Amino acid sequence: MNTFKVPTMAEMIAEGKSPEVLFWVGCAGSFDDRAKKITKAIAQILHHANVSFAVLGAEESCTGDPAKRAGNEFLFQMQAATNIAVLNGYGIKKIVTGCPHCFNIMKNEYPELGGEYKVMHHSQFIATLISEGKLTLAEDHPFKGKRITFHDPCYLGRGNGEYEAPRSVIEALDAELVEMRRCKSKGLCCGAGGAQMFKEAEKGNKEINEKRTEDVLETSASFVATGCPFCNTMMTDGVKGAEKSDTVDVQDLAEMIASAVSIVPE
Amino acid sequence: MIMAHLAQLMFAAMLGTGVFLFARRIAFVGRNINMGRDIDLSDRKAERWKTMARVAMGQSKMVARPVAGILHIFVYVGFVIINIEMLEIVLDGLLGTHRIFASLGSLYNILIAVFEILAFAVLAACVIFLIRRNVLALARFKSPEMGGWPSMDANIILVAEIVLMFAFLSMNATDAIAQNLELDHYVKAGSFPISQFLVPMYSGLSESGIVIAERGFWWLHIAGVISFLVYVPYSKHFHILLAFPNTYYSNLNESGALDNMASVKKEVDLMMDPTADPYATPPPPDNDAVPETPLSFGVKDGTDLNWKQIMESYSCTECGRCTSVCPANMTGKLLSPRKIMMDCRDRVDEIGHNRDANGGAFKDDGKKLLGNYISEEELWACTSCQACVDACPINISPMGIILDMRRSLIMEDSKSPETITNMFNNIENNGAPWAFPAASRGDWIKDA
Repeated sequence: MNTFKVPTMAEMIAEGKSPEVLFWVGCAGSFDDRAKKITKAIAQILHHANVSFAVLGAEESCTGDPAKRAGNEFLFQMQAATNIAVLNGYGIKKIVTGCPHCFNIMKNEYPELGGEYKVMHHSQFIATLISEGKLTLAEDHPFKGKRITFHDPCYLGRGNGEYEAPRSVIEALDAELVEMRRCKSKGLCCGAGGAQMFKEAEKGNKEINEKRTEDVLETSASFVATGCPFCNTMMTDGVKGAEKSDTVDVQDLAEMIASAVSIVPE
Repeated sequence: MIMAHLAQLMFAAMLGTGVFLFARRIAFVGRNINMGRDIDLSDRKAERWKTMARVAMGQSKMVARPVAGILHIFVYVGFVIINIEMLEIVLDGLLGTHRIFASLGSLYNILIAVFEILAFAVLAACVIFLIRRNVLALARFKSPEMGGWPSMDANIILVAEIVLMFAFLSMNATDAIAQNLELDHYVKAGSFPISQFLVPMYSGLSESGIVIAERGFWWLHIAGVISFLVYVPYSKHFHILLAFPNTYYSNLNESGALDNMASVKKEVDLMMDPTADPYATPPPPDNDAVPETPLSFGVKDGTDLNWKQIMESYSCTECGRCTSVCPANMTGKLLSPRKIMMDCRDRVDEIGHNRDANGGAFKDDGKKLLGNYISEEELWACTSCQACVDACPINISPMGIILDMRRSLIMEDSKSPETITNMFNNIENNGAPWAFPAASRGDWIKDA
């Protein structure tokens, strides 16, 4: 596997360069061990496609999404103000996020607070790279002809109306895309949004990710493609809970593409 | 002659009373909507008209569920078109005429035929709706919040519509018999593709019996319609009117976008401004200025809702599509988006009556929307997935209210589950919802 150094904005600026896009990694992608693999896959794809990019590294901070959805507007706006100061300081124009929550909040809620950027979710950016012919897939990649279902992240799909980009990425894999009973605008949440990731679920008769896993299993797909680190955790746990880990693999779209262009992250 | 005038007077009195009671209720609801907080939705007018045309008039979101959607379109189109006939009935009632538009000739025949076919479609749809609610007992009509009055309300509406359509068709059937018998005043007019099948039911009646039956159905129909007019704004059926303004004032932003609170922005701007002097002498008070009422953060009671949210609560027809797609509800949690809307409406209605009873000023009743109607457990179960917003056929956002109420819980009362408090602390201290040192954020790069 080819190794390369992911540059930070500070390093780039020090060298007098400015990247075309900023890769906004997000908290899960920075700290969660499973999500870090997705982060690396995105970085490898960007590198492979010769995209000039950088990350903020230690200068990145939570966008404030979980705080805002939990009702703490004050904390959210403090986070937004801090991040916007950093982003504007570097003159950032275009951002690719590895998380639909970061994508949504920076695209829709930062502009009014002074942060105006062209924000893309990584599935959108990867779809663009594919359509521009910047990513060549290996002849014998592992997804060819496999049944893949896509779990729409709420803040990419319903939240921002993006249903096609992630599906076009799966189609590029020459795989069989199977839809779940509830998909696209009717897709069922994984259960992590609205700050649920950071608390115990209320009393009920089932976990939401168990419910969603039933939708997955109905399709008899071999792969669940996700576009959100939180969905990835919830679906991985759901599949594990249903004791189907050996037949159903949960992977982010970026990981699939990274494998298919044979730049598998360890 | 005197009898005829008496009938006209009775009709006018009935119509006048109905319109008065309707207007009084509309004014009450209007006042209640206006007691909500301000929100500026005066922008993007062309887009708003289009949204209303598509969603309310065009019923675009209803057909997401084809059975209910198509049946609903029958009732909706039937209601709108048959109301053209109301013009003739009202004029006949006031002027003492009979089928005043009969002179339209063949056009009249076509109109009456269309009304009859639609009346039958409405009747059939309402029977099916009754079966769906009471016999098939679809899950979304049987949630806990639907017990008692809400289910009764729904059944009253359906039965009333069936009675009205039956009276309308029977009125035509008996009229047709009277026309054939060439009775006085019964001008030959109309064609009756549906009510012809009801003729055998009434053909045994004597000549005077036919006249009594025809007049009876005519009065039953119009009295029913006027009663229904008065009933509608007290009931979930109010959606037939409010769906239009409610969709006009739809949230036109992406459903993922949540508003930024302006009051908070002011504070944050001050904190981030290095030149701001927190100890600066405040400007001398302007004695003429209207004192600004300090607003609380978020929604704690009915009056903290914005006027659009109150309008939404009165527009909700309790169909439960929101609740049936809510991930929290379908996994047995207490949260039901429909209940959120019903609670808001009930609380606002209660505040409105309280105001009216106390000379226009609200007298504290020791109750709040948050706590007495909606519990914290319900609010914390929301994943903010927007499925309820997507499912609502008239673009109501229960989620917006839920998140506004969380704002009150956090920013007014500092009440949150412990793990949420930890998440806030982590973001404040190290810029991530988990307790990892901020400096290690870029560590993944090393082994990329």
